[in-house]
Amino acid sequence: MKKTHIIGILVIAVAIVIIMSSVGDASTYVSFGEAMELAEEGNDTKVHVVGRLKKDSQGHIVGMQYDPLIDPNYFTFTLVDTNRVEQQVVYFNPKPQDFERSEQVVITGSMQKNVFVADKILLKCPSKYVEKEVQQNTASL
Amino acid sequence: MINTLIGDIGHTSVIVAFVAAVVSSYAYFMASRSKVELSGDNSWRNLARGAFYVHGAAVMMIIFSLFNIIYEHRYEYYYAWSHSSNHLPVYYMISCFWEGQEGSFLLWIFWHVLLGFVLINSYKKNKVWEAPVMAMFSFVQLFLTSMILGVVIGDVKIGSSPFILMRDFMPEAPVFAMDPNFVPTDGTGLNPLLQNYWMVIHPPTLFLGFAATLVPFAFAMAGLWKGKFTEWVKPALPWAHFAAVVLGIGIIMGAYWAYETLNFGGYWNWDPVENAVYIPWLILVGGIHTMIAYRRGKSGLKATYILVIASFLLILYATFLTRSGILGNASVHSFTDLGLSGQLFAYLAVFAVLAIGLLVYRWKFIPTTEKELSTYNGEFWVFIGAIVLCLAAFQVLFTTSIPVYNSFLGFIGIESNAALPADQIEHYTKFQLWGGVAIAILSGVAQLLWWRKGEKESFADALTLPAMLTLLFASLIIVLSKLGVLNDTIDNPAYITLLVAGLFSIFANLSIILNLIHKKVSLSGGAVAHIGIAMMLLGILFSSGYSNIISENTSGMVYSREFPDELNRDNVLLWRNAPVQMDKYTVSYHGQFQEVIGVPGYVDRELLFLTADPYKAIARGQIVANEKVYFDTGDTLELLSPENTYYEVKYKERETGKAFTLYPRAQVNENMGLLASPDIKHSVSMDLYTHVSGLAPEEKEWGELKEYVLSAGDTIILNDYVAIFNGIEQIKQVPGVKLAPGDIAVQADMKILGETKNYHAHPVLMIKDQMMGRVPEEVADLGLRLTFMNIDTENDKFTIGVNATQKDWIILKAMEKPFVSILWIGTIVMSIGFVMAIVRRKDEGGSPRAAKPKQARKAQVA
Repeated sequence: MKKTHIIGILVIAVAIVIIMSSVGDASTYVSFGEAMELAEEGNDTKVHVVGRLKKDSQGHIVGMQYDPLIDPNYFTFTLVDTNRVEQQVVYFNPKPQDFERSEQVVITGSMQKNVFVADKILLKCPSKYVEKEVQQNTASL
Repeated sequence: MINTLIGDIGHTSVIVAFVAAVVSSYAYFMASRSKVELSGDNSWRNLARGAFYVHGAAVMMIIFSLFNIIYEHRYEYYYAWSHSSNHLPVYYMISCFWEGQEGSFLLWIFWHVLLGFVLINSYKKNKVWEAPVMAMFSFVQLFLTSMILGVVIGDVKIGSSPFILMRDFMPEAPVFAMDPNFVPTDGTGLNPLLQNYWMVIHPPTLFLGFAATLVPFAFAMAGLWKGKFTEWVKPALPWAHFAAVVLGIGIIMGAYWAYETLNFGGYWNWDPVENAVYIPWLILVGGIHTMIAYRRGKSGLKATYILVIASFLLILYATFLTRSGILGNASVHSFTDLGLSGQLFAYLAVFAVLAIGLLVYRWKFIPTTEKELSTYNGEFWVFIGAIVLCLAAFQVLFTTSIPVYNSFLGFIGIESNAALPADQIEHYTKFQLWGGVAIAILSGVAQLLWWRKGEKESFADALTLPAMLTLLFASLIIVLSKLGVLNDTIDNPAYITLLVAGLFSIFANLSIILNLIHKKVSLSGGAVAHIGIAMMLLGILFSSGYSNIISENTSGMVYSREFPDELNRDNVLLWRNAPVQMDKYTVSYHGQFQEVIGVPGYVDRELLFLTADPYKAIARGQIVANEKVYFDTGDTLELLSPENTYYEVKYKERETGKAFTLYPRAQVNENMGLLASPDIKHSVSMDLYTHVSGLAPEEKEWGELKEYVLSAGDTIILNDYVAIFNGIEQIKQVPGVKLAPGDIAVQADMKILGETKNYHAHPVLMIKDQMMGRVPEEVADLGLRLTFMNIDTENDKFTIGVNATQKDWIILKAMEKPFVSILWIGTIVMSIGFVMAIVRRKDEGGSPRAAKPKQARKAQVA
């Protein structure tokens, strides 16, 4: 066998390892129900959950708690996933500043006991994506 | 009044540039045909050249128009309104020029024009390459200018014009129904994260790198097309070096910008947008290696074709990824979709089909050598190195493309919910670390073999000294770390391997340089560049592998909540003026500061009386910096950027008593939340990186007003502080108020004894236009607001009102990054090596002087 063939086989082997391992590392977007099932099976791989904040009829956010004076590294809130399942989420970091304004929240983490421990929060604020309207009060007449 | 002229000039120029690119590419195509070339007829070429110059002039005109719109604050144009604002300094106007997609396309187009001019003129004597290479250039320009055309044909939108008027962009806005000539008075401004000097120079560098990858690609295509399968490598090689070094510097500049400005705590986040430029860079560097190997051993030409073509296609793929909005869910800083994704895809597809098609069609004509490479041959190991680079690139590419698979599967009707790995850094590090190890070892071994011409014994000799030095230094570093001289113990086997490999690469390449000094030092560019790469690897190893968060919460709070597990309590709360023990430091927070134009450093906000115009303030006291008085009480000051606040954080090393002050920056932006930028204390062995991760609410809740009736000399207790009322005095000026004759103003003089220093408060009571007016004074450090309520002149009694509030605080995160400076120094060393290689390859290859003998020989053969 020529040396180039051996190298070629090695390259293909490494490429396959890369693909397999990347597929294994790839996370998924799941619902809280699936996240719970994974946790019950003892699988603690991290998943993505997309949801909205729980709000009452007046539009106030419910179940959000952050008091930096007691503990700056503890933030908890309730997220409602796309299947309307509510779940308490804990984030051991300071609360993101524009959290209340977000339309949609993507969290990464896993279920631990009965709470979802998030290690990353990605906010989608409408203002970040939709251009602001021109404000009338900037009019120069 | 709306100025439509400048926009019309701009838009017309875009159309001219587009048409000229069409003409130029067609004419250059015609000029490249063998029949035309043989006939010696220059008319097609002259036409093409003229068209390209017209194209270039039109591009300059577009740039001039767009910059004029931004510079003159013409907010009737959407581009100026959405990217600029009245207070933006000129250097940031330059960066808001390319903040938008259209502007960044323009930047890319501009560099292609300049490179095109250089190419047209640099082969004066040897016109072989001009027509086919420039045909490719013009063809690319055709696509790029179409991206900013802004023409709608039927339902198809071609390009997005930067010259669109506000009223055309948002015709449904009620303002324009009332007054079509309405012009906003101010723009929405530049994204504050982009207000950084790196953002002024980083995008042009990156886009010059993007543009430069077209040159070797165009040469490769010209070689395939004209059947000059081998000749193109020589002129393309210095250009490939140029593209790689510029792109590399651009990538590192972006990393440094992220390090300085963003608060994810590092310089590389494996964000898809970052990956998108890293992949083509790796492939291009791989391509350079096969080109060099081909120049010496005449083998590996096919691999060279594949890599050069792939690097350009991957640049296009990167453009598609970052600009089509496909990464919207996956990346923080990709552009949003401008409705151009179809056009971008077409751009990518045309060049992919063209290049791959031509390569396949011509594949069997590409010369190959049958000779088997010996293992004791430098070229063999250079190939292995190129393969490692490609595998590293493939790994990043495969994972980064996950959102693309999702959309593709969705497109053909299969639902897919794959997401990027939850811990990206861990995922990529797992592979890239070993890629780095392999590259470090190969760069040492291959260099040694390359210059030893591959005899077994001499190679073993050459290897001995670097290997010994490597083991010596590696064990020294590891032992030192065990003894506690370094902050961490180095015991992770993967990290030790990378350390050894990196050191080996440095010593092996140093030995090459020492050898070449005697012969011809100009040949050592490769060795210098490899030392740079090895230094970068070592810098990354220490700064990332041994990065250490030191702001762990030491408040002693007991966690009675859900999780008693080991958690990262990475943030610490700092009350104003209350020192906290943090790692080996005592840290304390001392208030909010601002940048004032004309004053070096930062000015305490308590010295500033803010006015209705956010950019102006009045000095409450003398503004002193470095013992020099810059402004006196009552002077009007201009603030550089009122939205940015700097938080003074004092560090004191407890053991040595050394003290320093950092000013991490933050602003609460209504669209983007808390934007925090770190401040970094650099030292030779370590960077201390500090940023704010939370702030006390801006709106303070004041407690109830308490009134005290006092005589001069009385002492009271306020919020646990002793306060002395010294009396009152009449004053002539009140900041922010114009006193007319007959108005009276008096101020109370209160002295409050704080923990570390004494504060003076001067609340003002005035009678203006027969009305009582009060200017309260706030002592933010103590959480007090004093108001001079009333004067009882008969009894010499004065009423002072006091409100108390919670004291100010910040949440801080701090980490140490060891030896990050080695990474930046390594980048510079690598760039020097590349430049040396460019100079050498240019002297050796592309110049007309070197080309002559070859032509002469050909003539003889003929």
